[in-house]
Amino acid sequence: MNEKPKFDLERLRAILAGKRGREYWRSLEDLAGSPEFEEVLHREFPRQASEWPAEDAAGRRHFLKMMGASLGLAGLAACTRQPTEHIVPYVRQPEGLIPGRPQFYATAHTVGGLATGLLVESHQGRPTKAEGNPEHPASLGACDAFSQASVLQLYDPDRSQALRYNGEIRSWGAFETEIRKAMALQRASGGAGLRILTGAVTSPTLGDQMQQLLSELPRAKWHRWEPAGDHAARAGAMLAFGQPLNVYYDLRNADVVVALDSDLLASGPASLRYARQFAERRRTVSGQPGMNRLYVLEPMPTPTGATADHRLPARAADIEPFTVHLAAAVGVQIGNAGTVEHPEWQKWLPALADDLRAHRGRSLVVAGDQQPPAVHALAHAINQALGNVGSTVFYSDPVEVDPVDHLASIKELAADLDTGSVKLLLILGCNPVYTAPADLNLRERIQRAQFRVHLGLYDDETAEVCQWQLPESHYLEAWGDARAFDGTASIIQPLILPLYRSRSIYEVVGLLEATPRLEGRDIVRSYWNRQRPGADFERFWRRAVHDGVVPGTALPTRTAEVRYGWSGTPPERGGFEIIFRPDPAVHDGSFANLGWLQELPKPVTKLTWDNAAVMSPATANVLRVENGRMVELDHRGRKVRAPVFIQPGHADGCVTVHLGYGRKRGGRVAAGAGFDAYALRTSGALWNDFGLNVRDTGGSYELATTQGQHVLDARRTIIRHADINSYLADPESAIQDTAPPRELFMYPEVKYEGYAWGMAIDMSVCTGCSACVVACQAENNIPVVGKDQTARGRAMHWIRIDTYYQGSLANPELFHQPMLCQHCETAPCELVCPVAATAHSSEGLNDMVYNRCVGTRYCSNNCPYKVRRFNFLQYSDQTTPSLKLLRNPDVTVRTRGVMEKCTYCVQRIQQAKIQAEKENRKVRDGDIQTACQAACPTEAIVFGDINDPNSRVARLKNEQRNYGVLADLNTRPRTTYLATLKNPNPAIEAT
Amino acid sequence: MAEEKQVMDVHKGPSPVISPGYTFGTITDQISSVVLTRQTPVFWLAIFSVAVTLLLVFLGAITLLLARGVGIWGIQMPVAWGFAITNFVWWIGIGHAGTLISAILLLLNQTWRNSINRFAEAMTLFAVACAGLFPLLHMGRPWLFYWMLPYPNTMGLMPQFRSPLVWDVFAVTTYALVSLVFWYLGLLPDLATLRDRTKNRFGRAVYGVMAMGWRGASRHWNIYETASLLLAGLATPLVLSVHTVVSFDFTIAIVPGWHSTFFPPYFVAGAIYSGFAMVLVLAIPLRRVYGLEGLITQRHLDNAAKIMLATGLIVAYAYIMETFMAWYSGSTYEMSIMWQRMTGPYAGAYWALILCNVVLLQSLWFKKVRSNTLLLFLVSLVVLIGMWLERFVIIVSSLAQDFLQSSWRTFSPTLWDWATYFGTIGLFLFLFFLFIRLLPMISIFEVRMLVPEARVEEEASK
Amino acid sequence: MKPPIYGLMAEFETPGELVRAARAVRESGYWKVEAYSPFPIEELNRALRLPRNKLPLIVLACGVLGGLLAYLLQYWATTLYYPLNIAGRPLHSWPMYIVITFEVTVLFAAMGAFFGALALCGFPSPYHPVFNVDRFALASRNRFFLCIEAADPLFDRQGTADFLESLDAREVSEVAH
Repeated sequence: MNEKPKFDLERLRAILAGKRGREYWRSLEDLAGSPEFEEVLHREFPRQASEWPAEDAAGRRHFLKMMGASLGLAGLAACTRQPTEHIVPYVRQPEGLIPGRPQFYATAHTVGGLATGLLVESHQGRPTKAEGNPEHPASLGACDAFSQASVLQLYDPDRSQALRYNGEIRSWGAFETEIRKAMALQRASGGAGLRILTGAVTSPTLGDQMQQLLSELPRAKWHRWEPAGDHAARAGAMLAFGQPLNVYYDLRNADVVVALDSDLLASGPASLRYARQFAERRRTVSGQPGMNRLYVLEPMPTPTGATADHRLPARAADIEPFTVHLAAAVGVQIGNAGTVEHPEWQKWLPALADDLRAHRGRSLVVAGDQQPPAVHALAHAINQALGNVGSTVFYSDPVEVDPVDHLASIKELAADLDTGSVKLLLILGCNPVYTAPADLNLRERIQRAQFRVHLGLYDDETAEVCQWQLPESHYLEAWGDARAFDGTASIIQPLILPLYRSRSIYEVVGLLEATPRLEGRDIVRSYWNRQRPGADFERFWRRAVHDGVVPGTALPTRTAEVRYGWSGTPPERGGFEIIFRPDPAVHDGSFANLGWLQELPKPVTKLTWDNAAVMSPATANVLRVENGRMVELDHRGRKVRAPVFIQPGHADGCVTVHLGYGRKRGGRVAAGAGFDAYALRTSGALWNDFGLNVRDTGGSYELATTQGQHVLDARRTIIRHADINSYLADPESAIQDTAPPRELFMYPEVKYEGYAWGMAIDMSVCTGCSACVVACQAENNIPVVGKDQTARGRAMHWIRIDTYYQGSLANPELFHQPMLCQHCETAPCELVCPVAATAHSSEGLNDMVYNRCVGTRYCSNNCPYKVRRFNFLQYSDQTTPSLKLLRNPDVTVRTRGVMEKCTYCVQRIQQAKIQAEKENRKVRDGDIQTACQAACPTEAIVFGDINDPNSRVARLKNEQRNYGVLADLNTRPRTTYLATLKNPNPAIEAT
Repeated sequence: MAEEKQVMDVHKGPSPVISPGYTFGTITDQISSVVLTRQTPVFWLAIFSVAVTLLLVFLGAITLLLARGVGIWGIQMPVAWGFAITNFVWWIGIGHAGTLISAILLLLNQTWRNSINRFAEAMTLFAVACAGLFPLLHMGRPWLFYWMLPYPNTMGLMPQFRSPLVWDVFAVTTYALVSLVFWYLGLLPDLATLRDRTKNRFGRAVYGVMAMGWRGASRHWNIYETASLLLAGLATPLVLSVHTVVSFDFTIAIVPGWHSTFFPPYFVAGAIYSGFAMVLVLAIPLRRVYGLEGLITQRHLDNAAKIMLATGLIVAYAYIMETFMAWYSGSTYEMSIMWQRMTGPYAGAYWALILCNVVLLQSLWFKKVRSNTLLLFLVSLVVLIGMWLERFVIIVSSLAQDFLQSSWRTFSPTLWDWATYFGTIGLFLFLFFLFIRLLPMISIFEVRMLVPEARVEEEASK
Repeated sequence: MKPPIYGLMAEFETPGELVRAARAVRESGYWKVEAYSPFPIEELNRALRLPRNKLPLIVLACGVLGGLLAYLLQYWATTLYYPLNIAGRPLHSWPMYIVITFEVTVLFAAMGAFFGALALCGFPSPYHPVFNVDRFALASRNRFFLCIEAADPLFDRQGTADFLESLDAREVSEVAH
């Protein structure tokens, strides 16, 4: 269980000091050596209670009940038909791409309006799994956790399923008549009273519709609010260039990358692409040089920071001064930057500047979306000064339609609402009541509009204050289009008819038009027809829909000169700094009701089901609080209570809170998860601000993390790492071989004729983004167990990302290690199973046979990697109708009392073998992609036939940095790891 | 009975196993009266009602367990074995004393065993019954337990004979059956006695059927003696093998703190240790309540205490060796486990078991303590607790902190863990007190042999 | 003419008297003789010249049978019937078969001992003529009996009775069928 020992930094330091050599440690409880056993004795009774049937409401059962409550899904069976419109199956497969299933459709998923191209797997018309679309620039074949989970969102039983007027079910017809009346009035006044609020819109079609509408109704207004959008970046471009340019990067050309509070490898619309490009320059096979170098300055450790060669914790507000110094150091004309006090900076800046100048045109400085405009402007200036533009940095026109300042836009709406000039308010596909700056107090203000309409997937906080609640179609149910980070447009094609009587935003806007248009497909198609008139439109259309990208829609790159003479506005300091960030699991809250994401151990923190007030050990020590302690965050009079989470490597003097939790009407999964950080977020400070007071309330709160808390003896062969130069110089000694694998074996070796499946994982490029975890969950029907069970250590993930720390508490080095079944040749689990439920296949797979398993759990005890997962209770929801549609039919849905674990996606292996047999050939290397491998943006995971010397996996296993975890136990794992290589800057290392 | 008296007086010798003054008749009457009496002692009713209550708790816990799954316990990953296996090892260990007394002491011709072997064997049977429940209950899908038996099951599959769990199935089953027949065979003459003495026609019929027509014929005695010697000869290696096999559950695994070669003797010693503790915990109150001090004499208690002391010292030695081997192995994992046991989350349990099993035990060196039944009783209780803790620490602490610390996590039991554990104690007491009410708790005919009169005078055999 | 009887039964008070009487009876040529006592008396075996019983052989046979069955079952199941690659171990992992082989050996032997004993004793035998003697109930308490069957060639209803009396039996009674 998660223990919460009294936190004592001095004691920790003492413990650390006592250690010889390298120390890895997992988290602070570990160092504090919590007295769990006394806890056990004392807490038995409270703890036990959590399994009382009476207490179920609190526990997992409640969660299952929620999921199990089958709502009005009677019509579902009829809904699993494919749309009658002519969607285009993804049949012509480009070279090298082997989908795991016969029917794949290209479509696109949007987060914050920006598209990621997907190939969605469809079983008899049921979308079940999202894979990346290799032809899409933002995906390149990879797929992030949000897109994976969006399939679950389609079947979420909590989705709003009927059109409601003040809570009562109405027909669309009723709404249409009402809205026509209302619109008629508006048309009379030129739309003076009409306001439309949406999120960021990149959809050309929707943009066109809106422009149309606004031209008809000149006095109507279209407001935009994207809570986690890149407002600051655009403002930064305005500062630097005088125009809102869109910026994107090419990391393939970057030898040196400086990320200024930017998690570019794991979050943002192009993160998959950047991660892929970064990995291409990071991966060091057959000892070739040319590894890139990454510097990261950030307050809260992110996957990017964890991957960095050099990471420096800094408060969000400290990034700007640092950037000013850096700019000055690389020769940007910004006048006198002043003197550097910070000792670390004194060490960093010269080294960093030299490194950048040494790589003119081959370097890159990236400012994070949450940084103020000035930092972006400075970054532009630096990149320009270094001649990176056109090589690693590119500008284009904004991708967003009619790029307005979202903050100004929502403020204007608030103002108009006050004046009462808003008669007809349509809130389409966004949830401002929950996400808008707290000081705007939209909950009250919105109700000043007479006619309020909300279109959304959920009956959420905003729906609560609108008379009309329109169920929105999921993107897998409706036609649409959207642009990617570089403007590339994709047609969003549906894979299934709407499960409920829902409509897409296109269709709702279509209703407002002079001659209402109801057919989503016609709306989208006619738009593109106008773009591409002519005879060959049909071919163009089929092609575009088929490929998932519309050819030639990427926006042309632009050149722009940085104009100087601007300066940032230094915030008035004082108190702690509060830092708002979109949550890595639930983003801005729009994914809050998705169990997969709630239960996904967040990168670095491994926290599930909650957000927390994340702070550094030193800060916690100042505040005298420990993990799970409830504190009151008081930011300029706005207060919330939040549990403390102590994160080594977090900057001192600031508290990071993640958005997207504390939903009041987010659905039954989201209910009760975390606290609402939006309540502290004002229009004055969207991302960070000083003046935070933290008060210890004395209460405590159980945070469910998925990782243990104990000190690792460095002699254990778990993580191996080296820096690139010493590795290239002498690979053998660079990766200290703490315990050599045993070669002695008393039994005759088992020979594997034909295939021998194996996996190699390159830890150098693993960023710990955890996309693989969700991909595995989606592919293998892995159940969600709820917070209580997760806290008890019963999470079911077949693959997990282990995170290890090394070095100081203030700024440790992080190592990520994806841990899954190692498929040992001499599997300890098999030997002890009394019923032979787990045994080796003829291809060396460690098979798990569910229907033989009687559940003694002996195999798990004897598994040194602890990758086996047990159904302690009936975890998989087998009652909720909509979730039945989600299941992957190729994978057994496990029942209570059965052990399960990673199978190397044996179903995909079989598919490929059958295919190969049909074509009378051997399985080609790359034919089989495990779910985790397919999702991985950095291609860190490689799977294949190790009997084939030319396979990628076999070649990787020949690398000198290839090793087996705990190989000294003579388990002979089939899954091996490539030691982490880092490329530190000697100039910084030296001191 | 004048003659009987004289014979008694004639006899001179070392302190007798049973106190002087007993005759064949009085022995028979006293022991059988416990069963044949009409009124049940309050003591019996009190304990029995406690037992029944606990038994109901047990049934409740099992019902919920079968309905919901083992998730109602505190077990998780990585500690997938918790109380269930701890209790299993604990109970099976307790059983060992009975077999030791009935079999090994018989072979060693320790006549003092005669007055305690009957209920010790009964204790064995019931302890094994309790132990046997846990491997079934702890399964994820207990309704499929029979897949462990050697027959081609629904998937045309035999058990996996390399698994120690399958060895357990064979060892425990064999142990239970052999103990049962040994016990029953020994009961035959006494059942005949009850048959001949009960006034109750129904009882007469039942005991008669159970006695199978025993009439004490010399041919039967002759065969009986051979059979019991043979069974004793078989039970002796068996009893040693059973706990050895149980220890294989751990030694065969690669888990640090489990994977060691000296577990078998260590476990067997521990088993006998806890077993004798249980014998004393049962014997001391019973002899008092039923006034059997004359049959279960101070000498019995003293011998039992000495055996506890001896085995306890072996166990203590094992603790030392365990620590030494952890260091001597040079294995990071072994050393870490030992260190974690002593200082980590389970340090409390570890030092508690050291206190119970090693420190307090030393008091048995003193005759004062051994001859003070109350103290002896308490020491025995402490040892039982200590031995339970020992198994708990071995099983749980090793699992909680094995190889990859990413998966380290400590175990905390739930209400249902405790309910199931105490429930089986209820089951045990329930069975045991039924036994002492319905069957002679002391082997009548074997005690008759302890009467000096029983020996045939010398001149007879010339 | 009285009805035929099963035999004559003499009652003694001490094991010593019983043993002496038994020896005397045997020496005087009776051989259909049986002694009854509340506990085993070794001397009786010699006194009555009882044959050594077959039980050890039965037990040995059962044990060997059990052992063979157990080992062969495991060998057959793992190598011939359903061979599986378990943890890379050889199909015929004989060291791992020892435990079960041993346990089954003991099980069969023990069962042989128990049921063998019952069989040799002729149990269960709820009825036996000696039960007709009222005082025989004491044979399971504190009395010792010697019974000469009528089937014995030397048996003579009166003479044998006198002979038994001469062994200073406490009482001699006829055992009805």
